[in-house]
Amino acid sequence: MELYDLTLSKAQLSITKGEISPVELTDAIFKRIEAVEEKIKAYVTLTKDSATTQAHLTEVNIKKGIKGRLQGIPIAIKDNICTEGIRTTCSSKILENFIPPYESTATKRLKTEGYILIGKTNMDEFAMGSSTENSAFFPTKNPWNLERIPGGSSGGSAAAVAAGECIAALGSDTGGSIRQPAALCGVVGLKPTYGRISRYGLVAFASSLDQIGPITKDVRDSAILLNIICGYDPYDSTSVQIPVPDFTSVLGQDIKGIRLGVPKEYFIEGMDKEVEQAIRNAIKGLESLGAIPIEVSLPHTGFAVATYYILATSEASSNLARYDGVKYGFRIDGKDLMDMYMKTRAGGFGAEVKRRIILGTYALSSGYYEAYYRKAQQVRTLIKQDFEKAFKTVDVIVTPTSPTAAFKLGEKTEDPLQMYLSDIFTISVNLAGVPGISIPCGFTSKNLPIGLQIIGKRFDEETILKVAYAYEQSTKWHKRRPSLKEGKSRK
Amino acid sequence: MQYEIVIGLEIHAQLLTETKMFCGCSTKFGAEPNTQTCPVCIGMPGVLPVINKKAVEYVIKTGLATKCKISPYSRFARKNYFYPDLPKGYQISQYELPLCKDGYAEIIVDGISKRVGITRIHLEEDAGKNIHAEEENYSLVDLNRAGVPLMEIVTEPDIRSPQEAIKFIKKLRTILRYLDVCDGNMEEGSLRCDANVSVRPHGQREFGVKTEIKNANSFKFLEKALEYEIKRQIKVLDGGGEIIQETRLWDSVRGITESMRSKEEAHDYRYFPDPDLLPIEVDNVWLEGIKAQIPELPEVKRERFVREYHLPEYDADLLTSEKPLAEWFEEGVRLGGEPKALSNWIMGELMRLLNEENKSIEECPLKPQQLVDLLELINKGIISGKIAKTVFEEMYRSGKEPEGIVRERGLVQISDEAEIEAAIEEVLKKNPEEVERFRAGEDKLMGFFVGQVMKATKGKANPKIVNELLRKKLSE
Repeated sequence: MELYDLTLSKAQLSITKGEISPVELTDAIFKRIEAVEEKIKAYVTLTKDSATTQAHLTEVNIKKGIKGRLQGIPIAIKDNICTEGIRTTCSSKILENFIPPYESTATKRLKTEGYILIGKTNMDEFAMGSSTENSAFFPTKNPWNLERIPGGSSGGSAAAVAAGECIAALGSDTGGSIRQPAALCGVVGLKPTYGRISRYGLVAFASSLDQIGPITKDVRDSAILLNIICGYDPYDSTSVQIPVPDFTSVLGQDIKGIRLGVPKEYFIEGMDKEVEQAIRNAIKGLESLGAIPIEVSLPHTGFAVATYYILATSEASSNLARYDGVKYGFRIDGKDLMDMYMKTRAGGFGAEVKRRIILGTYALSSGYYEAYYRKAQQVRTLIKQDFEKAFKTVDVIVTPTSPTAAFKLGEKTEDPLQMYLSDIFTISVNLAGVPGISIPCGFTSKNLPIGLQIIGKRFDEETILKVAYAYEQSTKWHKRRPSLKEGKSRK
Repeated sequence: MQYEIVIGLEIHAQLLTETKMFCGCSTKFGAEPNTQTCPVCIGMPGVLPVINKKAVEYVIKTGLATKCKISPYSRFARKNYFYPDLPKGYQISQYELPLCKDGYAEIIVDGISKRVGITRIHLEEDAGKNIHAEEENYSLVDLNRAGVPLMEIVTEPDIRSPQEAIKFIKKLRTILRYLDVCDGNMEEGSLRCDANVSVRPHGQREFGVKTEIKNANSFKFLEKALEYEIKRQIKVLDGGGEIIQETRLWDSVRGITESMRSKEEAHDYRYFPDPDLLPIEVDNVWLEGIKAQIPELPEVKRERFVREYHLPEYDADLLTSEKPLAEWFEEGVRLGGEPKALSNWIMGELMRLLNEENKSIEECPLKPQQLVDLLELINKGIISGKIAKTVFEEMYRSGKEPEGIVRERGLVQISDEAEIEAAIEEVLKKNPEEVERFRAGEDKLMGFFVGQVMKATKGKANPKIVNELLRKKLSE
């Protein structure tokens, strides 16, 4: 096995035992990047120099006896999470040269544990999209098939993990942006409960929905990273003051008697047959491990996409107002202030971002607010209640992560509505604020990964991790690695 | 036609917190541009606001002092608009659920107390400042003020004249200063006032079309701006015209209000609840804690001064207009000074000297003990009231004790009858003609003789004794 194929837990163990050094591992990752990045295009910025320095420093620290849970582990960070002194672009022209003078709380916590930042990963501009094609710089390719998209918006992070260009990564998830690319790239992606992880330093798209989470090679790695990035932060009023358990302690526990909710609204007419089959098989697999499938209903599921696109765009229209060319970032001068504003924002934002700003501005406008924004808030409450009700009778809910496997580049760029439907199974989870994880559960006949989504109660990441781990350990899906050629995989 | 004036006010008060509304930056006025800023108050990507609890408490305090209902649940909303001094492209304010509602403050109109309703009090953040460089084609932005906590107080349209408006703001300013939540400095902009003005024919129930007046940054300007605007509206109506609903700016140089934007051009602020902040929940424990911090308010203090110290209404009103002044006075009383005498000296000599130097009572070099000691010297007959004024001024300027000044300058009153008698005889000898006239019945010459004796004794003679002895001598 190549070093770059190591899981985080294995790498941790090898470094602790002294079998490999942080410098070796970091070098191995950068060699891998050199070999494959040209094809994948996962990174907006690579931080090789600082990573190498950091790896050497870590070795000194280890000798000094300084301990850290991520010592020498190369991790990639989505480019909407601020890293002090390192360019953070949100894959947008408007922030192309923005260097934050502060560190996000999540990466600060990784830093404290001694992680090595490999680089900042590509994404849909301001996290708006489901294919990473909305990056202002270039699209990222799916390592399983280079003609296809890696999903989005955290496509760079998911592709980097799948291709061995890092050991693990952080992404962000507003409507499925961690889980959907994880599913499409055959890796594990976890969106924690809203409020679990500080959003301080995460460039806001839709503040009431955004959440940072890990993208990893397996479930154990996800639990390890979650242990580190979780917890109350006085700098984020929406982060919740609640004890953080050791999420790895539940891994390997029996799932006998776990009640598995299967929402009837998620198995719909027109759904990809191969995806549906894979999910049905996964449910059978879980059943054979002792879980009990129970049909549940989430009756307001049909309103989720519409609700999401009103609330998320409304918040975005306000969150993105600060990019006005006055203080930092991109500016095109104009004949007067208004002209400068218009030229800067017209030239600095991509088409999808502009579409959503216009949509959100409209939804909040006087005369429309009641019909759109307020109504959507009311529906959001109903969707939340759907989950609360369902969780009275089941412990977790299982659904497909995405209605299809990875689609081709350019296939949906002309049809925003089709693109929006890529998130149909993930959006409700953000609206309800509950946690959800996507894990590999099979492949299509074209050898494209399929993801199983496991949704839990608020602040019950432990149960979804336990179920995910039990399933994962009973299958070999997570062991497959892409060949970086069309249709073939390495065993 | 006779018109009735209708005015409602929107008052913005900068709160006296050490730090800004949503970050830890200092709120101090007058620092170098952009030195009191951080990623949060300059709106960098990814940063988040955190509520300054003190600011919330200050607003609740103000609400309690103006008899408002305090909302147990309120929240912040975003007010969206583009302007260079607004770094996030939105102002964090309150909209649907303000902290305080339905209160009032009282003013005295023609000797009768009148209530002006307070619709709401809410909390928001201030914007920065644009600095327009003259004859340059650019502007500069200073964000030191961006994020300073600002309290907005909105009144009902209960005010019926510019004078009432000024009375109300002065009253509110006194309350804010008593609560120590705002310094009330209109020149520095820590207290700003917009006014909604309309007129209607006497007897008409519906309000007339209103205009909003901005930029009147002192009591004087506000009164002038209101007077101007009322005259303007009446002239338009009398000429058969219509008032246009609009925002008008006061131009203090030209003394007029000018249209800034019409209703059609008004912003659509697209208010919505700020998803970055949790709702504010005010429970009883917190509320009681804040109540306990509210000092005796001017109204109550004034009544107590009348009752306890038997001061006239006028004195009590003036002495309670500023909390430190009332405290200065009460300290004097506590040290044994006679209340009315203290009040006279404070309102007279002390105020005169302070005003001359444009000083506030807090900057007063004189201690209440010194004034009490001075009163004691007068009471004991050691110095006359007239000499006391000289001593007072010197005491104020030098900081010396009154007894020391009296001793050093030999100002002790002469009460020795023999000494005074000698002075009187001297005066009578020098002015035989006047003595004749007095004895012939020209009674008013008494004043002349007293003056001459005082002059001869350099003002130190006890006037009472001088009077007695003079009458005796002249009737001999």
